[in-house]
Amino acid sequence: MALAFNEEQRSLKQTAKDFAQSKTPVEAFRKLRDEQDPTGYSKELWSEMVELGWAGMTFPESYGGFEFGYMGLAGCMKELGRTLTASPLLSNVLLSGSTILYAGSEAQKQELLPGIASGEVSYALAMDEGIHHDPAQTALSANADGDSYVLNGNKSMVIDGHVADQLIVLARTAGDAGDTDGLSLFVVDPNSSGLKIETVKLIDSRGYARITFNNVSVGKQQLLGELDQAFAPLDKALDRARVCLAAEMLGGIEEVFERTIEYLKERKQFGVLIGTFQALQHRAAHMYTQIEMCKSALMSALDALENDNDNFAALCSGAKAIINEAYELVTNESVQMHGGIGVTDELDIGLFLKRARVSAELLGSASFHYQRVASFEGY
Amino acid sequence: MSDLETFRQEIRSWLEENCPHSLRNPASQEEQVWGGRNIEFPNDDAKLWFERCVEKGYCVPDWPAEYGGAGFDAEQTAIFKEEMNRIKARAPQVNLGIWMVGPVILEFGTEEQKLEHLPKIARGEIRWCQGYSEPGAGSDLAGLQTRAEDKGDHFIVNGSKIWTSYADQADYIYCLVRTDPDAPKRDGITFLLFDMASEGVEAKPIELITGERHFCQTFFDNVEVPKKAVLGEINKGWTVAKRVLEFERNMMSDLGSTVASTLEPRGAAQRYLAQNENGELKDSVIREAIARHEVYKKSFDVTQQRMVDEFTHGAGNMNTAMIFKYCGTEEEKRKYELLLKIMGEKALGWNDNDHFADDELSVTLDWMGAKTHTIAGGTSEIQLNIIAKRVLGLPGVMS
Repeated sequence: MALAFNEEQRSLKQTAKDFAQSKTPVEAFRKLRDEQDPTGYSKELWSEMVELGWAGMTFPESYGGFEFGYMGLAGCMKELGRTLTASPLLSNVLLSGSTILYAGSEAQKQELLPGIASGEVSYALAMDEGIHHDPAQTALSANADGDSYVLNGNKSMVIDGHVADQLIVLARTAGDAGDTDGLSLFVVDPNSSGLKIETVKLIDSRGYARITFNNVSVGKQQLLGELDQAFAPLDKALDRARVCLAAEMLGGIEEVFERTIEYLKERKQFGVLIGTFQALQHRAAHMYTQIEMCKSALMSALDALENDNDNFAALCSGAKAIINEAYELVTNESVQMHGGIGVTDELDIGLFLKRARVSAELLGSASFHYQRVASFEGY
Repeated sequence: MSDLETFRQEIRSWLEENCPHSLRNPASQEEQVWGGRNIEFPNDDAKLWFERCVEKGYCVPDWPAEYGGAGFDAEQTAIFKEEMNRIKARAPQVNLGIWMVGPVILEFGTEEQKLEHLPKIARGEIRWCQGYSEPGAGSDLAGLQTRAEDKGDHFIVNGSKIWTSYADQADYIYCLVRTDPDAPKRDGITFLLFDMASEGVEAKPIELITGERHFCQTFFDNVEVPKKAVLGEINKGWTVAKRVLEFERNMMSDLGSTVASTLEPRGAAQRYLAQNENGELKDSVIREAIARHEVYKKSFDVTQQRMVDEFTHGAGNMNTAMIFKYCGTEEEKRKYELLLKIMGEKALGWNDNDHFADDELSVTLDWMGAKTHTIAGGTSEIQLNIIAKRVLGLPGVMS
């Protein structure tokens, strides 16, 4: 057991830190937003990230990966979260790549994963349908029709779904919405007939899509993994993505917190630094204690993942839940402590505030994850 | 086998032979053995266990043998504790002397003071209490007013202390007094060790909201205290006092782990609330609150380990330790509020053994008791002051 990054992981994290600080500082994200970049991330910089090996970091070597593990990638995500770096790491590598890795057949893994690791093909995972993350509620239907399946239904909050080369679609092949049995995954060409993609603008200025499936026909060979049995491998993949998203969020939390403490040490009112006010000191100190708890939650989840412990899923949910809450606390307090400037677009804090709320909804709200912990624990 | 492995085997077999089986479970408050002139044992096993441990120095295993300890180094002490915990052996003796004043006597005491006080603590002959807070000096501890006038070869002490736990049963007090009223407030304080049987000392119990009466107000009326009672230097008592507080905070952050366990939110919910056919609680708000508590508790529990691991990997930081008192006691308070919500009337009984089970009445008392933990040993607000100043480096903070 080790609740700290090892030397190799720290070296990867340092590389990510250098990259984020020099290539993708917050100003770079602001520029993407101001220019209303249709992709939502810089393809050039994504190529550089691919060259650094990040796209294949979590895959086995036999599928074109580098086998540095999810803990290594989580360390990188934490650094990228500090500068709000926009990239398809979450959509393409963590969500789609992990789903292929855990759900796909051997042949499918051989065929699809090297394309992600090399940056040649990008995927997006079309999973949720309602206003909250809850994959078991999938209703989009896939009905067998000769050598194909016909898909009908809607998907929402598809991360980078507007620009992905391929979609991985979670569909119901048996049972009813709410059942974990009867779910299947399909690799779908976004240019398929009957498939309509709409870009959705969210507060965090990242790329999301709503996708409508109207009698979209996909060949049987496009079924990813086993029929009706997608939920378990998908959930396994989702937990890897969840814990890495939590790491990205914790990076954002630490950045906002540090910037806020600096502000308390330079802003003067009534002739004194506002950091001398006990009303603010106590709230700042409380935030510190909550961030320390988040670190412990995240590291114990990553450690369980690294050691393949059975309690990983519960620890992952715990970490995502308390990090959701802490990001809300820290961004709200930061805006308030900055006063008037805190609600201006000029100050970066607003960008973190917006990212925090979207990240909290992505892959599960605090409520979703606390309920999930309770289910694992049997109460 | 390494030396430490051999050592572990020796401790394990000694405990196996000497710790009575009836004492291999957590002690309730009534079953704890408090050392002192009037030492009492709840049963023969407790007396036997105490005597065996005293003989080996195991009440204070990390103290040097010449002061009544077993002379274990840090690694050996850790192993000793692990082996004690492994069989859930009860502490042979409970005494503020062991975990509060003893360590500072070891650190600041003269050889004469060490030989006078430490063996009596190790053998359970003297029970200690703490004279820190005063009616007018709580969080602002350094504002204390109890006077010790220098009369050449002795002091005359006048004033009063409050929240002196078990002062009515203690034999000795370690007490902060003002020896220089003109100096800045922290520079005029002296740390005294004296006998509660001295003429002019009176302890009056205070009844708390729990009904318990172990806190006292203690009055000093022209008490004569010899000069050799000074621990450290005259007017330099604040340094010693702060060390004691560090020991106290470390102890309080893991309160609850050494006493008999009571109902936890999950178990209480399963006992008192409706569940569906899968055993899931029907009240999703309570269900979520329990999960939240358990996630926080787990995160808190691994934080010590995370600090150690970070040090091992060269990224260590002592600042993290500052959260323990605040987070531990605040989460404990939230836990009991949650238990009250889960248990309803069952957690509201007052001394009514006819209608309430023992563990139900315990929850009620512990709910009230938890209120004292965010106050005693430095309030939560004082903890936040310390974090703001020492960790965050915020300007102009009180401490």
